[in-house]
Amino acid sequence: MNARRLRRRLVNGTMTALVGALSFVAVLALVLILGHLVAKGASSLDWNFFTKNPVPTGETGGGVAHAIVGSGIIVGLAALIGLPIGIGTGLYLAEYGSGRLGWVVRFVADVLNGTPSIVVGIFVWTWLVRPMGHFSAFAGSVALAILMVPMIARTTEELVRLVPHSLREAALALGYPRWRTSLRIVARTALAGILTGCLVAVARIAGETAPLLFTALGNVNFNTHIGEPMEALSLQIFQYATGPFDEWHRLAWASALVLMGLVLVLAILARWVLRSRHGAAR
Amino acid sequence: MTTTLSDGRTVGQPPNERFPVRLPDRPTPVLDVRGYSFWYGLTQALFDVRVAIPRRAVTALIGPSGCGKSTFLRSVNRLNELIPHTRHSGDILLEGVSVFSKGTDPVALRREVGMVFQQPNPFPKTIFDNVAYGPRLNGLAPKRDIPERVEHALRQAALWDEVKDRLQTPGTGLSGGQQQRLCIARALANEPEVLLMDEPCSALDPGATQRIEELLVELKRSYSIVIVTHNMQQASRASDFTGFFYLGRLMEFGPTKQLFTRPADERTEAYITGRFG
Ligand SMILES: Nc1ncnc2c1ncn2[C@@H]1O[C@H](COP(=O)(O)OP(=O)(O)OP(=O)(O)O)[C@@H](O)[C@H]1O
Ligand SMILES: [Mg+2]
Repeated sequence: MNARRLRRRLVNGTMTALVGALSFVAVLALVLILGHLVAKGASSLDWNFFTKNPVPTGETGGGVAHAIVGSGIIVGLAALIGLPIGIGTGLYLAEYGSGRLGWVVRFVADVLNGTPSIVVGIFVWTWLVRPMGHFSAFAGSVALAILMVPMIARTTEELVRLVPHSLREAALALGYPRWRTSLRIVARTALAGILTGCLVAVARIAGETAPLLFTALGNVNFNTHIGEPMEALSLQIFQYATGPFDEWHRLAWASALVLMGLVLVLAILARWVLRSRHGAAR
Repeated sequence: MTTTLSDGRTVGQPPNERFPVRLPDRPTPVLDVRGYSFWYGLTQALFDVRVAIPRRAVTALIGPSGCGKSTFLRSVNRLNELIPHTRHSGDILLEGVSVFSKGTDPVALRREVGMVFQQPNPFPKTIFDNVAYGPRLNGLAPKRDIPERVEHALRQAALWDEVKDRLQTPGTGLSGGQQQRLCIARALANEPEVLLMDEPCSALDPGATQRIEELLVELKRSYSIVIVTHNMQQASRASDFTGFFYLGRLMEFGPTKQLFTRPADERTEAYITGRFG
């Protein structure tokens, strides 16, 4: 009797310590990355960095405004394309996806979810960039949207499935058509979760580099035309970090810090949405 | 097209309106169930149910678990047909018109047949919005009349005094009994012909149960109510007619007093005296 209790305590203690150590490693990684970025990049974050475009090599004082704006446009457009399709697909899967077609869609989404992003980039290059004859921000957005859709679809599906069946039946019994029940009751109820999923998906694609190499390409000039090649933070980090100049390395670190900060903000926003929505429902 | 009611009168059905005739307060059935059977896949859940549910009265359905009471209720508003691989035979007439006829839109039907579920299931919205959902959707009232309708429905459900100062707070923040009355108000705001209640008190304490029973007495002045209950006292106290279901069959149906004092079927007697079930 006593021996068993002792054993249980021992196992419990060991496991707690182990899990604690592992989570410490995970947190440590994040802290190290952030700390390193701050140490290397923070000093370069000045007014010029955010407002100026690159200056010719050799000169100092240039910024990455073109990449910040470019990232904003490319990611924004990707979200504009990807969110409705992703959410719609997720709703379809949860509400009507019990048949064969649902199975196929789910399978495709899962495969797409596991597809390396560079493959998606090549795919968009083949089907969009080549026929159009030139690289463009739009193609980059399409590539990122393709990456977003399966993520959002599967999260949406899971969250919509969590909505109690009784709520659905309540709406149907009031004389709601099925599609309206899906949109007004089910999707609304799952909205906070869906929004969080979307923010996480945006954060995930914001730092993607490989699919943009074949599509948005990059641009040393400030450009807001989505039909033209456009710079993005991730592309710019890639180019500057692998380049030969110290000035470039400095800017790359700073850009990486900005990108990381952006992702962090999105993640915090996602938490906040979830929290405040839950608070409101209580 | 005209339909003959069971008492011999005929009712015409104008082409565009589903339920045109509010029949006068006469003892004609509001629901007329004719040889109705229902299957979940290969399992038959209801066998040849025949019953006329009286208008403006409380009809209780009793019977052991799994005997098909919920299935019966959910057939009246055609909620069951959303379950895949189900089928039925026979017919159910609401106000003399088949709920299964080609001209009957199930969505429109469900506006005429309100339903209250076993577990209170308010939407995660404000109290006001919960009640306003039906009328808003169904275009029952112009926008400016909605507050009035909400108040009316909440008063009917005996909830108004408790919530009138917190209409904009979430409906999910109410107590269980209040939530159930909110669900009743939500159903009443549609002004249905029939109110179906599937064990509405099973999640409630005796006090809340009593309030809902008192409510039934009020409501039957304007609505026809069918209530499923496992509580024999509740059935005998609150209902005017009672039907006893057993293994998918309606074994006995009649005035509550008669069924409880002089049951014709021995199984009914066994069930109401608590010898099985
Ligand atoms: N969705 C379903 N799929 C298959 N069979 C079902 C389904 N719902 C109910 N049944 C079966 O139909 C029969 C009648 O069920 P029903 O829910 O109508 O019983 P009930 O009288 O309401 O029982 P209770 O008093 O426990 O609520 C049962 O045998 C049940 O197993
Ligand atoms: Mg039941």
